[in-house]
Amino acid sequence: MPVIDLANPTRFLHVVNRVLPWLIAATLFLFVIGFYRVMGAPDDYQQGATVKIMFLHVPAAWLGMFGWGLMSVAALGTLVWRHPLADVAGKAAAPIGAAFTLICLVTGSLWGRPTWGTYWVWDARLTSMLVLFLLYLGVLALYWTAEEPGRGARAAAVLSLVGAVNLPIIKFSVDWWNTLHQPASVFRMGGSSIDPALLTPLLIMAVAFTLLFLTLHLAVMRNEILRRRVRSMRLQQAQKLAEASA
Amino acid sequence: MSFGPHADFIVAAYAVTIFVIAALIAWVVLDYSTQRRILGGLEERGVTRRSQRKG
Repeated sequence: MPVIDLANPTRFLHVVNRVLPWLIAATLFLFVIGFYRVMGAPDDYQQGATVKIMFLHVPAAWLGMFGWGLMSVAALGTLVWRHPLADVAGKAAAPIGAAFTLICLVTGSLWGRPTWGTYWVWDARLTSMLVLFLLYLGVLALYWTAEEPGRGARAAAVLSLVGAVNLPIIKFSVDWWNTLHQPASVFRMGGSSIDPALLTPLLIMAVAFTLLFLTLHLAVMRNEILRRRVRSMRLQQAQKLAEASA
Repeated sequence: MSFGPHADFIVAAYAVTIFVIAALIAWVVLDYSTQRRILGGLEERGVTRRSQRKG
């Protein structure tokens, strides 16, 4: 099947129904392996066992940013090509990205207290991540409060593109400003600075969380397509009733 | 297995993550069954989409 055929919502639903069970199985499989490796991972020489929070915090941070990146690409599809599936993809990514950003903020705070001595500081990395969460709430408000879905979609798409400016700020905040947050340690010039005994379970958990994100994203897109069908059928029913009573 | 003196923080981080993801999954599953039920009800009453009528 050509990729362009997926742009048809009915064909897309057909593919999602076939792919989802496999994605769920792969996600569960990777989480089982990931948690097994996390439980067997050694303590950090400085942070002790609190390093176990890293296996949740880091993937959540990546996926919080990935979700917004996905929404920005979908926003181009909405504004430039006005394709309804692009809007569906953007709208579906918002609650999932918001959930992962929330997990990142909470686990980061719980990690910060024993290692830094504080739950929160208004430094560049933490603040820019909080801004990302607030932007997610803004997009969700636009989607959920718009009476006409098309208008809400365009406004959310514009906010998605404007908010994308925050992504490089989050990424490079630890290089541009003095922050309490540590600099990049996984993807950096010269290779990762994390010991393989901790890096391997981290990467397995990152892939597992990414598969979870993709699984949820496809499932939420399916729900949204069905919701739009319900709306369209209800409008037709109301139109028929109005014509019959006229 | 011992999580040391900061076990509370580690357990809390995992509990929050599991709770948020479980809530997300529950919302997705409930929403899917709700939309399927409403669609089924509309189809039973003979309401069809325009694309279905053309086909």
